[in-house]
Amino acid sequence: MSPTDSRTPPEGGANDPVVAVTELRKSFGENHVLKSIDLSVSQGQVLALIGPSGSGKTTVLRCLNGLEIPDGGRVAFRGGPSVEFGRQVPRRQLAALRDRSGMVFQHYNLFPHRSVLENIIEGPVQVQKRPKAEAVREAEDLLRRVGLQDKKDQYPHQLSGGQQQRVGIVRALALKPALLLFDEPTSALDPELVGDVLHVIKELAEEGWTMVMVTHELAFAREVATEVVFMDGGVVVERGHPDQVLREPREERTRQFVHRLLNPF
Amino acid sequence: MDVDWELLRTSLWPIVRAGLTGTIPLSLASFALGLLLALVVALMRLSGNAVLAAMGRAYVSVIRGTPLLVQLFVIFYGLPSIGVVLPPWPSALIAFSLNVGGYAAEIIRAAILSVPKGQWEAGHTIGMSRGLTLRRVILPQAARVSVPPLSNTFISLVKDTSLASLILVTELFRQAQEIAAFSQEFMLLYLEAAAVYWVFCLVLSSGQTRLERRLGRYVAH
Repeated sequence: MSPTDSRTPPEGGANDPVVAVTELRKSFGENHVLKSIDLSVSQGQVLALIGPSGSGKTTVLRCLNGLEIPDGGRVAFRGGPSVEFGRQVPRRQLAALRDRSGMVFQHYNLFPHRSVLENIIEGPVQVQKRPKAEAVREAEDLLRRVGLQDKKDQYPHQLSGGQQQRVGIVRALALKPALLLFDEPTSALDPELVGDVLHVIKELAEEGWTMVMVTHELAFAREVATEVVFMDGGVVVERGHPDQVLREPREERTRQFVHRLLNPF
Repeated sequence: MDVDWELLRTSLWPIVRAGLTGTIPLSLASFALGLLLALVVALMRLSGNAVLAAMGRAYVSVIRGTPLLVQLFVIFYGLPSIGVVLPPWPSALIAFSLNVGGYAAEIIRAAILSVPKGQWEAGHTIGMSRGLTLRRVILPQAARVSVPPLSNTFISLVKDTSLASLILVTELFRQAQEIAAFSQEFMLLYLEAAAVYWVFCLVLSSGQTRLERRLGRYVAH
């Protein structure tokens, strides 16, 4: 499966960004987590969001699919929906927002009471109302691609973290979303399992999937991302080509952060 | 004390039969209705709607704060004074269902809250509505957690249905009482009734173990 299978948007030019975020704001009580964020992701782009914890990068990701409701700003997908925040947002619009993206969680969040295969076909069958046989066939193809075809009847607790996360990725892919969101997909994994998951994500990038990824894996970001966005204190501090942001940062805060991550001792 | 073995033998089947035709159906029907009610009340309390939540809280408070026997008497002996006359069986069914509803609502609410928030989020991100996520993702996991406490509620209910004898429902204990009054063998008949309840509860408890195993098959051991 490649992203060309994904439901092609009914309108909007091919050069328009897949998603554009403008003046996104979000507070938790007195804590201003996002202070007017602007981002856009074009077709096939892999955007890596990096920054210290508390910088707001995960919140940006969660605002993109309505898991967090921003206090203000706009999230606009090519071909819709375009959601203006700041007043009561109809639940229908949030649902439309979620339909455009698939999410991979740091802690996988697989359904523990369903087998691997059932986890994957749940969305296609229950939400997209696609024929079960077709959903199963596609799920099996996807599982084969991530090397888990023989695990389809197992339950999540029978898998390693790396295997669970690959199932998490397949569950997101099965919905054929316009945009894939990754929230620190390897942070909860044992070091020796990280490679398998990153390998799968890299393949998806090479196939042309449009992705936004929150990550601490700078080496991976440099190799796979087409753009790196460094956030700190709820603002975008610096953005640009991975080599530039990660090797020759223009901003002092970026320099410090990258230095700390590359030289932890 | 001499044991009247003949009386024990001849009274056993009538008592067991009253259990099978009175106690057990009354328990099962009240439990089923009570669980439905409990689910509704639990969802009211979790709805985020202040009015619904307050109604749910008030209901649970009244049921848990008043004796079951009083609830039973209000429905059977009290309601007729405002023109509502219900036969014994429906009265008992209503009283026990309301009672189970109050206790089980808290169990179900806690079970739903025990499912990690990430499960709701995973449901939402694959496009599920709140209702669909509840039905397909949350409740199946909550069910597993709530089996042991709900089994307790059910076992208590089976024994509590003996109170229905006081509003003229023919069930296990009332049958034993009638034979005891007739034969004047109170000790024998009441111990016999106790033994039959105990066997019923043993059988029902083994059902709990099986159900737990079935619902728990996806959990790491």
